[in-house]
Amino acid sequence: METLVYKRPESLLKDGHFTFCPGCGHGVILRIIAELIDEFNLQKDTIAISSVGCSIFLEKFFNLDVAGASHGRSPCVATGVKRCKPDKFVFTYQGDGDAATIGFNETIHTACRGEHITTIMINNTNFGMTGGQASATTLVGQVTTTTPAGRKPELTGYPLHAAEIISQCDGTAYCARVAITDTKNIMQAKKAIKKAFEMQIKGLGYSFIEVLAACPTNWHMTPVESVKHIQNVIETVHPLGVFKDITAQENK
Amino acid sequence: MAKVLVKGNEAIAQAAINAGCQCYFGYPITPQSEIGEYMGKHLPKLGRVFITAESELASINMVIGAGTTGTKAMTSSSSCGIALMQEALSAMCCAQVPGVIVSVMRGGPGLGNIAPAQADYFQALKGGGNGDYKIIVLSPSTVQEAIDLTYRAFHLALKYRNPVMLLADGILGQMMEPAEFGEYPYKDPDVSEWALDGANNRPARNVVSLHMPEGAMEELTNEIFEKYELVAQNETTYEDYKFADAKLVLTAFGSVGRVAKAAVDRAREEGMKVGLFRPITLFPFPDKDLNKVAQKADMILDLELNKGQMLLDVRSAVFGACPVEFYGRTAGGLLTPDMIFNKIKELYSTLENKTQAGVR
Repeated sequence: METLVYKRPESLLKDGHFTFCPGCGHGVILRIIAELIDEFNLQKDTIAISSVGCSIFLEKFFNLDVAGASHGRSPCVATGVKRCKPDKFVFTYQGDGDAATIGFNETIHTACRGEHITTIMINNTNFGMTGGQASATTLVGQVTTTTPAGRKPELTGYPLHAAEIISQCDGTAYCARVAITDTKNIMQAKKAIKKAFEMQIKGLGYSFIEVLAACPTNWHMTPVESVKHIQNVIETVHPLGVFKDITAQENK
Repeated sequence: MAKVLVKGNEAIAQAAINAGCQCYFGYPITPQSEIGEYMGKHLPKLGRVFITAESELASINMVIGAGTTGTKAMTSSSSCGIALMQEALSAMCCAQVPGVIVSVMRGGPGLGNIAPAQADYFQALKGGGNGDYKIIVLSPSTVQEAIDLTYRAFHLALKYRNPVMLLADGILGQMMEPAEFGEYPYKDPDVSEWALDGANNRPARNVVSLHMPEGAMEELTNEIFEKYELVAQNETTYEDYKFADAKLVLTAFGSVGRVAKAAVDRAREEGMKVGLFRPITLFPFPDKDLNKVAQKADMILDLELNKGQMLLDVRSAVFGACPVEFYGRTAGGLLTPDMIFNKIKELYSTLENKTQAGVR
């Protein structure tokens, strides 16, 4: 007897193909999101907000309604959508160049307003789509195309810690940084994103998940080296953890 | 319904509410802050959405979010604030997102001042955002017309799935005069064919402004420009004020239009054949109609509170049919009926002399 143990989520397009580089983290996260939307049975009630960067082509992957946003503005577009359609499930999918750099003001204010939306921010510490320039989250010493000698604090300052800052906003209900470096981490990332989705579904406030993800092409590493780089280097600067969970008390 | 004494900015806000505006997203800036204040007071009581956004970038992008769901939404700002919205206006035209933007112009460039001006004609009409696109721009000259055109703005935005700008200035925003609201007179189109509300019993759809496949962006732009042709055919509007037999025709938009009328009346009293051609839609610009007027006139005098911006569209419409003169002030400098009358007198005498000399 055959048992189906693995299938394509309904929330991913049947003829959709990920366009990411080998070893890139985006595909794993998009699949987790699709699985969860299926699990919550939200496919017919979801409006996804894309952003600018490698995170832009949501309509090519998701079997969901998608609204586009200019660079950094997807939390605003999401706000407009959610306020008009409060019964719909609305999330933004952004990178660190989008949510933490050009659009961090929008991210913070969306959190402070406690908008009932969810942001998934992929942090690969660089502008991936434009070829690997330094972003706000780039590590000190990290070599990018705009910091060829490594990020020097005296010239370009220090990395921005998005999840830590967003956790300080009163309107944030849940905020975590996760990684997808191994199976255990992927399961934990899914758990965190599930929790973030639940916050929105229950109307408890803004939820923000930062996912550390590999960008082997722009890091000039193999996929395996990239995973090790996240574990050994990036996690020491951008540590994993749940920074805010307003339901933590009741769960104890 | 009786006339009420109402301030321009508040009239626009109340008209938006009457038009069914469900959401207002804005950021304060003089001389239009009363619009946001009025909305902040009234929309929550009606169960509608009011947000003071973190910036004009945010407010116009919230309008985009609302617009993608087919919901009537509006923002308002002034000059330097509208400048921050240009990226989003371009994106709205590309993704075909409806929305209403009220621009109450102040003095510029830069932070300029808070005095009335009309120097954002180029900003509204000639882009500022990237790419080939057009915003429908409506220009009220009285508080009554501000109400009527606010109604029309909401309708046109949905009808053509395009941003519509109500281009007012600080004079109109701040002045009080009697006006009648009446009822929203339009029947709006069904949005269910394109709006986003979740892929329920239909395939997933999207409203986006990135179109990468080869040829796709050109094809889409051509389609959108065919739509603009329709807008021009159906919606071009202007006011004819005594220009049928006029030798000297004034052109003016917005609040200058009403000042010009006073000057026209005085010139008529003194036997000068002067009229006014006042575009009400700035895009679509009534170029064919203005050309017809220019064919019969001896001269056009364009009046604006800027250094000559609509002037380019006037010249393009006139296309050499008669001489075009310009008279304007900017950055808070105002044109009075007296000043316009004196300019009319000066130019009209040159026309009389030419006629006498047989060099018409």
